[in-house]
Parts: sequence; C-alpha cells; structure tokens
Amino acid sequence: MNAAAASPGRRLSTFFYQRPTLALILLLAPPLLWLGVVYLGSLFSLVVQSFFSLDGFTGQVVRRFTLATYRDLFTPANLDIVIRTASMAAAVTVAAAVAAFPVAYYMARYASDRIKALLYLGILLPLWSSYLVRVYSWKLILAKEGIINWGLAQLRLDGALEWMLGLPVIGGPSLSVSSLGMFVVFLYVWLPYMILPIEAALERVPTSFIEASGDLGARPRETFRLVILPLAFPGVIAGSIFTFSLTLGDFIVPYVLGNSALFIGQAVLAHQGTAGNIPLAAAFTVVPMAIMAVYLIGAKKAGAFDAL
Amino acid sequence: MPFDTAVAKVTTGRPSTGLKLATAAVLLFLYFPLAIILLFAFTTEDATFSFPPPGLTLSWFAVAWNRSDIWEALTLSLQVAAITTVVALVLGTLAAAAVHRTRFFGRETISFLVILPIALPGIITGIALRSAVSLLGIPFSFWTIVIGHATFCVVVVYNNVLARFRRTAHSQVEASMDLGASAFETFRYIVLPNIATALLAGGMLAFALSFDEVIVTTFTAGQQETLPIWIFNQLTKPRQRPVTNIVAIFVIAATFIPILLAHRLTQGTSEVAGTGK
Amino acid sequence: MRFSHVSRAFGDIRAVDDVTLDILDGEFFSLLGPSGSGKTTCLRLIAGFDHPTSGSIELHGVEVSGLPPYERDVNTVFQDYALFPHMSVADNVAYGLMIKKVPRPQRMQRVDDMLEMVQLSGLGGRRPSQLSGGQRQRVALARALINRPRVLLLDEPLGALDLKLRQQMQIELKAIQQRVGITFVYVTHDQEEALTMSDRLAVFNTGRIEQVGTPAEVYEHPATDFVAGFVGVSNLVSGDVARAISGSPETFTVRPEKILVREPGAPVPDGLCWVEGQIHDVVYLGAHTRYRVDLDGTGTLTVTQQNVDSTSMDVLAARGRRVRLMWHRIHNRRVATHA
Repeated sequence: MNAAAASPGRRLSTFFYQRPTLALILLLAPPLLWLGVVYLGSLFSLVVQSFFSLDGFTGQVVRRFTLATYRDLFTPANLDIVIRTASMAAAVTVAAAVAAFPVAYYMARYASDRIKALLYLGILLPLWSSYLVRVYSWKLILAKEGIINWGLAQLRLDGALEWMLGLPVIGGPSLSVSSLGMFVVFLYVWLPYMILPIEAALERVPTSFIEASGDLGARPRETFRLVILPLAFPGVIAGSIFTFSLTLGDFIVPYVLGNSALFIGQAVLAHQGTAGNIPLAAAFTVVPMAIMAVYLIGAKKAGAFDAL
Repeated sequence: MPFDTAVAKVTTGRPSTGLKLATAAVLLFLYFPLAIILLFAFTTEDATFSFPPPGLTLSWFAVAWNRSDIWEALTLSLQVAAITTVVALVLGTLAAAAVHRTRFFGRETISFLVILPIALPGIITGIALRSAVSLLGIPFSFWTIVIGHATFCVVVVYNNVLARFRRTAHSQVEASMDLGASAFETFRYIVLPNIATALLAGGMLAFALSFDEVIVTTFTAGQQETLPIWIFNQLTKPRQRPVTNIVAIFVIAATFIPILLAHRLTQGTSEVAGTGK
Repeated sequence: MRFSHVSRAFGDIRAVDDVTLDILDGEFFSLLGPSGSGKTTCLRLIAGFDHPTSGSIELHGVEVSGLPPYERDVNTVFQDYALFPHMSVADNVAYGLMIKKVPRPQRMQRVDDMLEMVQLSGLGGRRPSQLSGGQRQRVALARALINRPRVLLLDEPLGALDLKLRQQMQIELKAIQQRVGITFVYVTHDQEEALTMSDRLAVFNTGRIEQVGTPAEVYEHPATDFVAGFVGVSNLVSGDVARAISGSPETFTVRPEKILVREPGAPVPDGLCWVEGQIHDVVYLGAHTRYRVDLDGTGTLTVTQQNVDSTSMDVLAARGRRVRLMWHRIHNRRVATHA
C-alpha cells in the first residue's frame, strides 16, 4: 500500500471519487455562477428594465410595469433608426458574402497546405487585432485630403465620387461622413467573420462530390451552381450571423464616420448616458436581440451551426 | 499533402486568374488600412490626413513617450488584461473540465451559455452589465471593467482547453490513477502538462481580446481610461493626431504578437480560428 | 479476487449481469468473450475505474467498491498502452514509484531492472512516440509491474500487434507471469490466445458468464451452445438430425477434428456413431483442411482433417464427393441452449 496514503490531498481526492456528482457540481459552480448570475442576470435585468419607464419630470426611472417605453420605440424617429441600422446590416452582409466567397473558395479548393495556413493566419490577424484601430484607420483613408480622394483625383474620377456623395441616403458631405463610407468600413471589419465559416463549409465538400458531378455530365459552372453553392450556403449563413448581429449593435463606426442620423448602438449609448433613460436604451437593445433570435432560429434550421 | 488530395487538386484544375486576383485584392484590402496607420505616424502635419503626407518625421514618438495620459491608459489596460486573463483561465478550465468529463444533461446549455457573451453584440453585453451594476448601486471602477471583460473572455479559454481535452486520451488519466496518483497528483503530473500549451494559447487570446476591447468597456468603466478608450476619446480631438497613430500601432503590435504565439502553440487552426470573435 | 453477484447497468443495458466469480492467487485467468460481452467492464470494475450498480467485489478478502484506483493494490496494462507522451520511457516506468516517493537512486535502479526484464534495456531515454507498438506494449507492462501489485489486469494488450509478434508476446507474458508469480487477469476476444495462456478462463456472453474452467474443460466440455461455438469451431446438432445420430433429439456438440471421413458404406466400429452426406465445401488451410458436409436429410457438419498425406489438389478434388462421417460417441457433448 502507499506510504503517502494519509495525506489530506489523497483523502480529499478519495472523498470526491466516492461522490462524483458533488465533484461535478463544484467544478461547474464557479463558471456557472459567474455566467449565470452575472451575465444572464444582467441580460434579464435589461429586459425587465425595458418594461419600466422614465418619468419626464423627475428624470428618475419608474419601476412599474408598462408598455409606454415600447410605445416610444415605435415612434417614426426611432423606427427610422431601427430600419436604418437593419438595412445597413443587410447590405453589409450581402456584400461581405460576395467578397468573401472567392477567397474562401481559393483557400478551400486550390491553396496548398502551406499557403492555406498562411492565408488563415493572414485573415486571423486582422480579425483579432484592434477593432477600434482598424475603424480609425479608415477615417484617415476616407478623409477629404486622404488617399482615396487623392487617388480618385489622379484618375480623374472625383466627379463620379461627388455624384455618389450627392445621392440621398447613401451620400453625405464627404466620404468619411457618409453612409457609403460607413458601408465600406463595416465591410472591412466584418469580412474575416464571413471568410472563415465559408471556407470551413467549402472544405467540407468532398472532392468526390465534385468529381461525381462532372462524371455525370455537369460542366464546371453547373457543378458550382448545383453542388458547391448549396453545400457552402450554411457557411454563408453562419458568417452572416456575425456580420448582421455585429452591425446591428455597433456604435463605433457610425460615431467615427457617421452624421446625425443615428444607428441603434448610438441610440442606446445616448439614451442611457446623460438622459438616463435606461428603459428606452434597454428597449432599443431588445430590438437586435429579438432580430438575432429570429435569425438564429432560421439559421439553425438551415444547418448553419454545423458550419461554425 | 496526402496523395489523393494532391491528385484531386490537380485534376480539378488550376485556379483562374480572376480567382487569384480576387484573393489578392481581399488580402490587400485587409492589410492596407494598417499600412496607412503606420504611414501617418510619421507625418509632419498635426491635424489633418492629407495624402501624400507633406513630410516625414520621428518627432511624434518623443511626444507620445512624454504624454502621461497615454502611460496611465496603457497601465490600466495591462492590469485589466492581466486579471481578466487569470479569471478567464480559471473559469474556462473548470467549465471545460466539467463539460468534458461527464455526460450530463446540461452540457449543450453550458456550451451555449459560455459562448453567448461573445456571440451577442458587445453593446448588449455592455448595457446589460451597466444596468445591472447601476441597479445594484455598485460604483463603476476597475473591477467592473474586469467583470465585463472576463465574461466574454472565458469562452476563448474554454474552447481551447476543451479541444485539447478531447484530443487527450482518457486512458492516461486512468493509468495515472491506476499507478497510485490521486486526482490532484494526476492533474499536476499528467493533465496539466498536456493542456499547458492550450492554456497558454487561450490565455494569450484572452489577453489580446481584453486589451483591445472598447465597446463593453465604454459601458462598464467609470472615469477610467483603458488604451482603447483613450483612442476613442482622441477621435474627436483634432490635435496631435499622429500620436494617436503611434498608440494605434502599439495596440496592433500588442495584439498581433499574442495571436501569433497562440497560433504557434496550438499548431492547428481548429482551436484558434473556430471561435470567431 | 471475488465477484459476488456483480452487476453494472448503463440505463437499461446491463453490461455486466449478475456475475459471480472467484480468481485464485497466482493464477493466469482470462476473461474471454466477444465485443460488448462485459469482460472489459469487469476488468474496469476490478481496477476501480467504474462502480458496480449492485454486488460486491473483494480483493484478498477486503471489499473494495469504495476505494479509488490509487488505493487498490492492482495495476493495469491498457489496450492503448496509455503511455504518458510528455515523459521519457524511464519516467513512465518510474511513475508509480515517484508517486510513492521512492528516492531517486532506488527508483532508477528498479527501472533499469524492469527494462531488462522486458528486454528494453537502454531505451529509457526515448520518448514513447519513438518506439514501435511492440516496444510500447512492453513499456506499459514494465510500468505496471514495477509497482509489484498483487494483481495485474491486462485489457487486450496484444490486440494491436501483428500475428507473429502477438504469438511471441503471448509466450513472454506467460513466462513473466510464472516468474513473478502474481495473479494476471487477462481480457481477450481471441479464444486461441485464452486457451494458450490461461490457467483458467471465463467465457462471457452479453454480460453473463457462461462457463468457468481450465482451457481443456472449456474446450472439451462446453457447457452451452455459445461456448461450443465461440471457443474453437464446433458443430451444433439438434432436433431430427440429433435423433438420427444419437437416438435422442437433445442438442449436442461435436468438435470437427474428432470426425473421421470415410467412403460411403464403410464399416462402423463399436462405439462410433455415423452419418452420410455430400461434401459441399472444401477450405484448404495449409496444415489442415476444413470440409463442410451436407448431410442426407437436413443439416451440415464441419469436419477438419490434418493434411498428413494429401496435397491441396487432392483435397480440393473432394468437392461433391459422397462420404460417410463417423466418430466416437464419447465426443458428443450435451449442451444447454439459449431460448
């Protein structure tokens, strides 16, 4: 038998051996408490707050159940904010899918293992490196005296830019203060989120499928449309979850590159800040939560979670 | 590469030039802004971004060095990131161990719960925590920042450690106990060495994530300025712009390096890339 | 070691079903059975990696169910060897001693002795990844034996080795067991292995033990049709065919090598029973030949004959020939059948 048999460590270990459920509970308790209480608790309190209201006179939050705040949410001005944000999210998602697909396709189908590893790293690094810095960099690039304008002037295309900026909705006083500019930046920061799931989904398409399709008489374009695209689609959906939800909640990009037309994120920040209207801020937050919940359910049905 | 994959790659044809161009264009698109930041750290101009830059100088580095507010923000960011990493390591490992070892009913729920803080947009996490904190009457401070960061950093450690647990044969743990080691001794001699690099990778990712974070921090900080908050506040101030660039470059480097190291350590894409942010 | 009415259920599935078993000190005991028959589960119950749902397990008279693996005087050789990849071979072997806080010089000395016993001297500095399968298997054995357990458990340790190596290791393992004198409990699905190495064995089927005995007993006197079919090849004769041969419809079994093949109409000596049929199939196996004979009426019998004088051409030409099969009545063994 063991000379070390009597040590407290061993006795404790034996104690847990005989009570495996207790051991499990103890293992799970700290993370569960933290995430359950701290995180879920705050989410819950947020939703609860959205059913409170702000007393206009006292500036205090009235803690009684009411739907008044949600009624406030549905005023034209606020609805505008929601629609504006959602449309931008949709546009960015579509553009990201289109831009990401060639890269993902190249990585999955043609890149050698070494190149693929390099590309992976190449896409991963911007993804993880400072988000704020990358947004800030576009302020420099899109500025009136910045490189884009300079380049377009060199190519004598500044007239075209002026025309685009003159358009309603997407235009603005300058590229760095316009919906067009915001669109480009959103696309830039979320692009890696779209490339990686699509690449993963494409990689999962067995080469034998493509060969079988060719063997059965389909030309490469048809194989792409009928075999590859549908199988890669869950990856697109998975990526779109990120681009959509991140755009819905963002306030940095509109702040840096936007004008007075607010996005949901800015509205939330504004209302909970000086105005102290936490209920309205909470109600605004519930909107992306609700949209994403619906989106996620749809995505799960489309098999996107297997691609994540 | 395995033979049949190589054959398949050859027989499915070479990639079209268009595809290669598209890939190169996207990569250029991803890195070009970072190059711009680097460039404009050297411009002689103070308040604008004219391209081409009128002149190049190194003087801004000295200015940045002397700014005490930058040093304070940097120190705070480092402290927050360090403590967040420790908390995330502990909680993430515990959760991964619990989920891996037992077939209990709530397993998928735990995975979902751990991912939620990072899957939902930062603004939701941010305002949820802010409203909860103010509801409880706690003042916003260093610790509220840490709580916010730790909540979404747990998942990166969890994913890395769980993936490593899955790759380790369970018979090793049984063998160790069979040979006389208690659960704690087994953890120390067998489990820990096996997950060490996963812990390191997860820790570094958590550090990078925390160091760079701005959205949740905006909501959970009081008067404190982490480095990203500092940058954010600078965006509306028109003076000494290149200093902001220098800080930005520093932040990029400070996050690039842990990511590279983490990638090296896990030597495979599934653990680092599979999570998204 | 004693199992008393031990059961282990996983939900509705009884992996081990009311097993009662005695294993004696110093014997080489095999647990034999097909995959999923409960033999590995029994082994894990002895080691302490699992708890019985009911029943008790005693080691040297002491009830061990509540004891964790590290408190039992038992060591295991795992099917996948479970060598620690981050440690050298020497550190792997020394692990149990290190835990017991044996001082380093003694530890290293015993490691050297052990490596010599398993014929791996000089490989102490290597990592497990640098060894072949056979070498890893020996390291696993050394690592377990160095702790001088009173019982050694082996979970299909030779499964991953090729045939020649396996046969060689069987001989070595048996030699080590006899030299060291400890009890070996050996799990295998290979009945030939069990018959070769064991002093006694237990045949498992879907969680229950069908028979316990020496290799000769189990082979010559199978208790049930399952044992007859699993241990070696056997013929199962029942119903009308049984009545025609032995006079009674009860099921019996007769081993293929006990049956003689003669010309149709050949004289039948006293004490032998016989039946006629046509050779349906011939399989030439080098040292012997296996015939499948369709009997007149119904049923088939499998017969094996040593190729003493015959060549492959001779035996293969026998296909389709009519023959008379005869064998000594004493080779007919009654067996219990499952419903």
